[in-house]
Amino acid sequence: MKVELRVNGVSRTADVEPRKTLLDTLRENFLLNGAHAGCEHGVCGACTVLVDGEPVRSCLMFAVQADGYEITTIEGLAPAPGELSVIQDAFCETHGLQCGYCTPGMILSAHALLQHTHTPSREEIVEAISGNICRCTGYGQIVEAVQFAAGRLQKSNALRPNHVSPGHHGAGHDAPEEGVLEADAPKEIV
Amino acid sequence: MKPAPFEYVRPQSLAEACELLAGDEDARAIAGGQTLVPMLAMRLARPTKLIDIMRLPELAGIRTEGGAVVVGATTRQVIAERDPLVRAQLPALAAVLPWVGHPATRNRGTVGGSIANADPSAEIPLVAVTLGAEIMLATPDGPSSMPADDFFIGPMLTTIAPGECVSAVRFPVWEHRSVGVGFFEVSARKSDFAFASALAQVALDEDGRCIDIALGVGGVGDRPLRLDVSPLLGTRLDAASVAEAVHASAGDLEASSDLHASASYRRRVAITLGKRAIEQAITEAGARPLKGAA
Repeated sequence: MKVELRVNGVSRTADVEPRKTLLDTLRENFLLNGAHAGCEHGVCGACTVLVDGEPVRSCLMFAVQADGYEITTIEGLAPAPGELSVIQDAFCETHGLQCGYCTPGMILSAHALLQHTHTPSREEIVEAISGNICRCTGYGQIVEAVQFAAGRLQKSNALRPNHVSPGHHGAGHDAPEEGVLEADAPKEIV
Repeated sequence: MKPAPFEYVRPQSLAEACELLAGDEDARAIAGGQTLVPMLAMRLARPTKLIDIMRLPELAGIRTEGGAVVVGATTRQVIAERDPLVRAQLPALAAVLPWVGHPATRNRGTVGGSIANADPSAEIPLVAVTLGAEIMLATPDGPSSMPADDFFIGPMLTTIAPGECVSAVRFPVWEHRSVGVGFFEVSARKSDFAFASALAQVALDEDGRCIDIALGVGGVGDRPLRLDVSPLLGTRLDAASVAEAVHASAGDLEASSDLHASASYRRRVAITLGKRAIEQAITEAGARPLKGAA
């Protein structure tokens, strides 16, 4: 079946069997390998992507079901090639990456949470990532990364939409708006 | 690609969906697919066709209708969880929804899908049975309905026949002035399948007397069960009378054993949670906390 999907703000078409999951379609047809195949039956959360701005398991959705929705993968979060979003950066700084397998799903879940609230409690962070399993058992640094990112986003004074907005450069990245300096961003090296 | 091959159809109307479902008894309806897709991936289900009902306008939306809140079958769980009407008029549904799966599965999973799936430990079927909801069905002969208590007949088993599909759930609203809800569940991990769960809804009059009460338990038997705690009606509730009523009503509770929990453990947990759920409901309904409540 021919499907037309909106992925990271770009329309893409693919010819897929109905039984092909959104996960496999993203990875094989569009070469977006950031969504990882873990358990492939909805338990681990490694395949998390955003559908209309909300985290969804891409292994539990067939590509044929997904047309008409805005799909955002981890590749769509970076503000520009070679740059990282505030949350991605926070994961690096707090050693929240560890083996990295669950990281894209964790970051997308955190991204959706921080779109809804600027000041999440620890419980809200834990709840938001409760469907994402980390087998390094390193949730400590991951929770710390989300708290750190929340703090930075608060200080950034950037307007953030409630939902991921399509278009622009990638979809709904969490970086400050153009021209708004992040409070504790490092000084630009000349 | 782990599922066996199937054909995918997205009908334009509910009537067309029913026709497709009636025409092939190996066809299955799919909405959010949060339970069906894992079953397909494990090849526990091998339907010939998937009829995607997710976008049918007839199945969408939440509305009030003559003393009830009607939740359309394809209402996603996260939408019901955030809905002001549900929060105000269906506190029992609002209380259980955060316990349904994980945030990422609630974003796709639907209220009607959970009902049609009929997992004995699922929270939404427990609300339906406890409150005495009506399951609205679309059939080839037109709309029909069935009380939740008759609709669930066993683990993952309902009275749905080929050609039928859950169209909505009609949850009755308690119009009393002070209504409280209590919900507890025990599982290995948060959001996992419950070994046992209990949901209570209590209404009190100005003098603190119980004017309406409902108690249901999930995960214990092969379907959600409503327990008879009617002896508490018209009385002032205290810890001793609640405990007595719950023990009496749970006397013939048929529990099931499996790898995770024995029948006697499930029954004991259900009784304890049942008491706590009523006690929490009373507290929430505005009465003083019970003396001697555990």
